[in-house]
Amino acid sequence: MIGQILFLLILAAAVAFFTRNAGKIRRNIKLGRPLDRSDNPAERWKTMARVALGQSKMVKRPFAALLHVFVYVGFVIINIEVLEILIDGVFGSHRVFSQPLGSLYGLLIGGFEVLALLVLISCLIFLARRNIVRLKRFTGIEMTAWPKGDANYILITEVLLMAAFLTMNAADHKLQLLHFGHYLQAGSFPVSDLLSPLLPADTKALVIIERGCWWFHIIGILVFLNYLPYSKHFHILLAFPNTYYSKLTPKGQFNNMASVTGEVKAMLDPSFVPETAEASRFGAKDVTDLTWKNLMDAYTCTECGRCTSVCPANITGKLLSPRKIMMDTRDRVTEIGNNIDKHGKDHQDGKTLLHDYITAEELWACTTCNACTEACPVNIDPLNIIVEMRRYLVMEESQAPTGLNNMFGNIENNGAPWKYAAADRFNWKPL
Amino acid sequence: MAEMVAEGKTPEILFWVGCAGCFDERAQSITRSICKILQHVGISYAVLGTEESCTGDPAKRAGNEFLFQMQAITNIEILNAYEIKKIVTGCPHCFNTIKNEYPQLGGSYEVIHHTQLIQQLIDEGKLKTEGGESFKGKRITYHDACYLGRGNNVYEAPRSALEILDAELIEMKRCRSNGLCCGAGGAQMFKEPERGNKDVNIERMEDVLQAKADIVASACPFCMTMLRDGVKNKEKEQEIQVLDIAEITAQANGL
Ligand code: SF4
Ligand code: SF4
Repeated sequence: MIGQILFLLILAAAVAFFTRNAGKIRRNIKLGRPLDRSDNPAERWKTMARVALGQSKMVKRPFAALLHVFVYVGFVIINIEVLEILIDGVFGSHRVFSQPLGSLYGLLIGGFEVLALLVLISCLIFLARRNIVRLKRFTGIEMTAWPKGDANYILITEVLLMAAFLTMNAADHKLQLLHFGHYLQAGSFPVSDLLSPLLPADTKALVIIERGCWWFHIIGILVFLNYLPYSKHFHILLAFPNTYYSKLTPKGQFNNMASVTGEVKAMLDPSFVPETAEASRFGAKDVTDLTWKNLMDAYTCTECGRCTSVCPANITGKLLSPRKIMMDTRDRVTEIGNNIDKHGKDHQDGKTLLHDYITAEELWACTTCNACTEACPVNIDPLNIIVEMRRYLVMEESQAPTGLNNMFGNIENNGAPWKYAAADRFNWKPL
Repeated sequence: MAEMVAEGKTPEILFWVGCAGCFDERAQSITRSICKILQHVGISYAVLGTEESCTGDPAKRAGNEFLFQMQAITNIEILNAYEIKKIVTGCPHCFNTIKNEYPQLGGSYEVIHHTQLIQQLIDEGKLKTEGGESFKGKRITYHDACYLGRGNNVYEAPRSALEILDAELIEMKRCRSNGLCCGAGGAQMFKEPERGNKDVNIERMEDVLQAKADIVASACPFCMTMLRDGVKNKEKEQEIQVLDIAEITAQANGL
């Protein structure tokens, strides 16, 4: 009884805390500018099914994709087991699904055990890739202590959770075989049986181990749930809406700024009266000038570095790293969110995404090649943020590199990016 | 175009040459090859000549949306005045901009890149590889232009123009959607590179060397410049040729 009450209290606290933090992220994302991505739902569902559910963009790196699928499928399916744990926890039952499911239950538990083992092995390999092999993709200036630690904490937690799950089953099964108390014969334990010889024979000790692991497993999961909003691991939830709201137009197509169209038309034709122009600035100086989708992208980023590893600028040693663009955006919008919580809605801290987080040097190194957006497994678009900030640099601060200013001047005066007279345009005429 | 209109003729297609194709000496040869192909198959075409102006692509990628839209709207007025329906471009950047970014500003046309035109002509049997230079035994690799490949999912058209040659087609280790940029896009062509340890085109040239190609085929005048600089930098002018798909096609057909 005390166990049940304690369980309910912990569960309620965990859910409440998670809801609060997830709500904050939702609020932060909504600090972005509006953008309509409600069109074409059929195509959007398909994209989500393919990219998020089907992991289609992971396969470019087959080994990582395979391990990731183990962890992902394991995570999703083992949640059925967590459902049983929750019901048992609330009602004080033990393996509540075993009776109604009959022999199917054995199959299920057996399957979970195999998956748990695969998850465990995959996470160990992932840990090795990060800490022993030290893949280049997991390094870089933006990969400071926190993001590196974050990745390791998640992997270690998953290893521990799976180990607890298997140990729990092993103890449970041993008790079942001893016909002890309420430990009815249920389930099959192909993996955990291997652990049995390591466990004591004493029933009291077995019960302690079984209960201990049970509590560790479920509390671990609840802690993990609450760690998500602080971590890149939030992608397991946001990957779905984020791919749903993907850009569906060709990658080469950049948006036309409607606010500019009005002014340009008025300039070319004085009789044209633009609709009341919005007062907002051109381009993005801070995260609040970006759209909510840019901000959702930032919270979805898994920091996997696929984008940066294919970025021509980064490959050739320039400062630019598309992953850093995403991480900076997230850190900045989180900072603004925290300011709102602490000091109220209108607090200004005098900082901005541009200059304080991202330098002009990084932005000007981009070739707009779209390698980053192509590589991103969750359809994040760092390029759009880069272009928005270039727009601010050029149209609000008039801070373009000299070469570009010359190019602008040439286009304006001769209709070509080089210093050639428009009248000479047809000089190639051969025939 | 103005002349054709004066004569009361309507061309089947407008050839949008692009700034590089007009002014860059090397790219002018691509322009002429495209003209030769159009004439060879008997497509009536026109060019805007001095009425053509920059599409605004480099301004837009550099963040100057004002200048881009000024260019776009002016160009659209001219194209619409001539009632243009179909456009072929000699440059992936013009292609992308006119095809994707002009419609919202009032300019909707059927836009294809010259490699797509060549592919269509091959499919229709109008272009063969006869009477021209043989590429037999040559190792050819195609360098994907970002604004054709990733930008607009055009991967096959340029390759199909090479497949009909009697040559050995090889892929670089970074190709198609994994292709490495030449380093010119996003208005990089017009500015000094940022601090780093290498230029992007040199990195790309190493892929070419690794593939041991005799010919690098490109489909973009900017890639052409970057790749040629790369070849020069590696002192491989004698061994490696950089040719546009249009030039290769024209040569193969003896045009
Ligand atoms: S679009 Fe820009 S940031 Fe993205 S990979 Fe290309 S150069 Fe890097
Ligand atoms: S933007 Fe995408 S590819 Fe880049 S680190 Fe984030 S999740 Fe990975």
